[in-house]
Amino acid sequence: MENLFQRTLEDLIKGLRLQLIGESAFLSKALDEIRREIKSTDADTKANALHKLTYLSSLHFYNMSFAAFHVVELLSSTRFSHKKIAYHAAAHSFSDDTPVLVLITNQLRKDLTSTNELEVSLALECLSRIATIDLARDLTPEIFTLLGSGKVFVRKKAIGVLLRVFDKYPDAVRVCFKRLVENLESPDSQIVSVAVGVFCELALREPRSYLPMAPEFYKILVDSKNNWVLIKVLKIFAKLAPLEPRLAKRVVEPVCEHIRRTGAKSLLFECIRTVMTGLSDYESAVKVVVVKIREMLVDDDPNLKYLALQALSVVAPKHLWAVLENKEVVIKSLSDVDTNIRLESLRLVMAMLSENNVAEICRVLVNYALKSDSEFCNEILDSILSTCCSNVYEIIIDFDWYVSLLGEMARIPHCQKGEEIEKQLIDIGMRVKEVRPELVRVSRDLLIDPALPGNPFLHRILSAAAWLSGQYVEFLINPFELMEALLQPRTILLAPFIRAIYVQSALKVLVFCLNSYLLQRGNTASFSTFDGLVLERDDPESSILASCDAPVHCIQDEGFNPRVLNQSFEGLSVEYDGEETSTLGQTSALSSLKDGFTRESIINLLNRVELAVTPLTGSYDVEILERARNILCFIELIRQELLDSPVHKDESLESEEAQVSQIIKVMHDAFSSDLGPVSVSAQERVPVPDGLMLAENLEDLEKIFGDVQLPSLSSFSLGSPQYEERAGFSIPIHESKEEPAPSNESTSLLAEHRKQHGLYYLSSAKKEDNYPPANDPKLQVDTNDDDEDLVKLLVSKKKPCHAKPRPVVVKLDGDQAPIAANPRPKEDVLSGTVQNVLLGSDTNPTSSQSKVSTKSSSKRKGKEKLNVDSAKENLGDVEKHDLGNPSSRNSKHHSHGKGRRHGSPGKKGDEREENGQKVKQKSSHRHSKHQARQRAEVPLNVVAQTPVVPDFLL
Amino acid sequence: MGIRFILMVNKQGQTRLAQYYEYLTLEERRALEPEIVRKCLARTEQQILCKAVIHVYDADVYLYMEQCSFVEHRNYKIVYRRYASLFFLVGVDNDENELAILEFIHLLVETMDRHFGNVCELDIMFHLEKAHFMLEEMVMNGCIVETNKSSILAPIQLMDKMN
Repeated sequence: MENLFQRTLEDLIKGLRLQLIGESAFLSKALDEIRREIKSTDADTKANALHKLTYLSSLHFYNMSFAAFHVVELLSSTRFSHKKIAYHAAAHSFSDDTPVLVLITNQLRKDLTSTNELEVSLALECLSRIATIDLARDLTPEIFTLLGSGKVFVRKKAIGVLLRVFDKYPDAVRVCFKRLVENLESPDSQIVSVAVGVFCELALREPRSYLPMAPEFYKILVDSKNNWVLIKVLKIFAKLAPLEPRLAKRVVEPVCEHIRRTGAKSLLFECIRTVMTGLSDYESAVKVVVVKIREMLVDDDPNLKYLALQALSVVAPKHLWAVLENKEVVIKSLSDVDTNIRLESLRLVMAMLSENNVAEICRVLVNYALKSDSEFCNEILDSILSTCCSNVYEIIIDFDWYVSLLGEMARIPHCQKGEEIEKQLIDIGMRVKEVRPELVRVSRDLLIDPALPGNPFLHRILSAAAWLSGQYVEFLINPFELMEALLQPRTILLAPFIRAIYVQSALKVLVFCLNSYLLQRGNTASFSTFDGLVLERDDPESSILASCDAPVHCIQDEGFNPRVLNQSFEGLSVEYDGEETSTLGQTSALSSLKDGFTRESIINLLNRVELAVTPLTGSYDVEILERARNILCFIELIRQELLDSPVHKDESLESEEAQVSQIIKVMHDAFSSDLGPVSVSAQERVPVPDGLMLAENLEDLEKIFGDVQLPSLSSFSLGSPQYEERAGFSIPIHESKEEPAPSNESTSLLAEHRKQHGLYYLSSAKKEDNYPPANDPKLQVDTNDDDEDLVKLLVSKKKPCHAKPRPVVVKLDGDQAPIAANPRPKEDVLSGTVQNVLLGSDTNPTSSQSKVSTKSSSKRKGKEKLNVDSAKENLGDVEKHDLGNPSSRNSKHHSHGKGRRHGSPGKKGDEREENGQKVKQKSSHRHSKHQARQRAEVPLNVVAQTPVVPDFLL
Repeated sequence: MGIRFILMVNKQGQTRLAQYYEYLTLEERRALEPEIVRKCLARTEQQILCKAVIHVYDADVYLYMEQCSFVEHRNYKIVYRRYASLFFLVGVDNDENELAILEFIHLLVETMDRHFGNVCELDIMFHLEKAHFMLEEMVMNGCIVETNKSSILAPIQLMDKMN
């Protein structure tokens, strides 16, 4: 009666289409209805409600976990229509954690043994989706029986369900595997098809275990006419072939035959993929395949084109010629309408990249990037950036070109790769000395462009440009122009931390200008006082001590207004030691700026800087504020004394002037000291000295050094070599032995430390190695290499020539990505069991195995016994069936030649070893297929010692 | 696993059939479906647009402008194909043969065609159960197990007879 007024699923669907109250309102009303109906005692009503609920859950994501128990109730219904609904609901909604799962074991068992094959099929289908460890274990006997069923319809589903059962309960392999193998040889093509499918999935996970079955697969590969089956067998061989060269040799011919014969594109493509992944050593096969790929590439069907590109990218690492042959098509595909095809061809183009063609290809790519939409444009840029910087810019020879390319990228309208470009610009600046003039030129071009600060994506590039032009200011052609750019009003658009970098760079440029002015003015008086000092610094022997020589600074310090001193000192403490005057930089800068620095220009510069920086002292950002004040105080300090002096040359002023020159000189030296790259692992490699308590003294330090600021340049996370040394002085968190109250004491300790752990310091001597002059005879070897490169290039005629040899790129140990330890893939429980069963060896006992049957496995000698044991445990009456089936090849070959082992029970360890040796000894005079297979069982573990691998296909 | 899921979606993006071969929670499904449907439908729209534009210039060219039927999504691929108003989306592992999956979709449609007679969206809506049965015959544990139309339909016809 109830049932009469109940809405069926069909009513629900119709109602949903016609509803006027809104879908969710309608559905929640329907759901209320269902909740009521599903509790009904009438099975029809319940089934109908469940039917509707499953529909809503499947298509409208309604949670149906509340109905789990009702599903179980309906599973036990005698009516097929109810069962059908319940099984579908269970398959759809049950997961491993569904509590009622424990209740359905018996019902499933009943249905699996039902005479109605549709019911059996329902149960199997459901099991293939929801089987848990418990279900798989408990129902393995039933499934085993069904594997031998006379009804193809049932048997093929029983085979299909094995995949899930093996997954959940690997020990089922012991019971079912043999039958599964038998099904592979079944005369019924449907059965074979399913069995191959299961083996395909299993082999994809752990191919090695299935090597012994190669003959069966080979037979199918040669005989089968079913493309679906062939595709799966090919997949298996693609995995097996790389493991066993002789197998590969046998398979090549049939695969090529399929390529020639087949009209089915899917099979053809699978053959192509098999050759590319598994048989790429066979040149002839690869050639055949490449011809086919070319056909696909020029096909009108975008699917074929896409797949052809993909196949090429698989083969690219090994057979680059295949890609190069199709270069035109690949590059043309960069402008395909389909983004996927474009991406695929981009990957291929990147694979073609080499030092010979990098410029040429990048030019093409950048042109494409200009034309492309934002997304693809950035894909392109990303590929270029990541490929070019890989392995410390391995493929770049002409860094000038690369740096200007980076600058060019910044001007591509869609460019969003600011951060990466920033990183590379600075990285190259530090690593490659020769490229710095070009870097500064590129930076200058970026900085003076007033349009760029308007694009937030480029801010990081600008920050790099600002830093570079400040750091390598000596290469600037026109510092005044750059100063204008650094102080332009549009910098207001930049983020505070980038503006801070601008301000700092302005200070560097200013110091440089003043220094050059002083040099140019030939103010010898002021310099003469420094001669000794400068000389001392230039002396490489004493440079370490001299550079760290705090007293030098102290002497200077005393002469000055302490306030000003603090200002400049804080800002500069990082590199405030002129270790080594960059004579090269100075002279080059001076020569390029023969007459740039007149008194007027310097006064103008100072005024200009003061005017632009003064407003920044009102900034809310402490970094900007701090640096702006540094500049202003510096200007205040020097302006009077420096610039007034020439007008009325007074004796009294002379000494002050000398002091001013001295400040400028020291600051200039500080700024021009070279920053090198620091290995990421440098810190870790410094051992903690004995007796150092890192944690203990820190609180005291904070009190003492509470006012010490972190070095401003650390925002770049760079450290100069000096930074490392001085760190103990300015940042109290370093590993100097004692706390650095008086600086000279600490430096002497540092020197001590350096002596002990010199390995970890970038020593000045080493430094010369890092940055050699262009014609250093020491570098003969390198230049020779480069010459060879040049010759190679000329011979290959790829590019006329590189005008200059590749500059030295500083590399650190940390640059090489640590080679990830490549652990042998952990063989999972399943494959271990498969190996055991297939090979009949106990070489690889698995955890679950030992858990379930430790006792028996320790006694087991071979497959025969093994099966009996497990059958006793699990199978009940099936045992007889198994025992009465001695025709299995495993049991056969185990029965002969195993007598000795039966005689030594309980010695598992010995047994194993003996097993291996015995097989090794016998291997020379065994010829049959089965014997070969048995031999294969041992090499799985002994493979390292035994180069003799059986020829499976003989 | 091979096949991870099969979806049938109409032009409006409403799911008409969803079959998963790996367990996903409802929340995961709710998040996944709109995402991939949007991805695939957007591509076909683009494609239609291309066709329309090109058509003006040269009727023959438009064949070249089609997009491929494969989309990479997270760590797997989606192979999709459109039949009339219905999209068939199949999520597969990366080593699955895309062309075979396209053939599989076609086989599915042909099978449904044979059973329903010129199958349309409504057939699937109102006979979802049958569509599921066909899929169950064809795919198990994400493996294609049956590709013969008669064999696929035999149990369904048997069930029809029983009722």
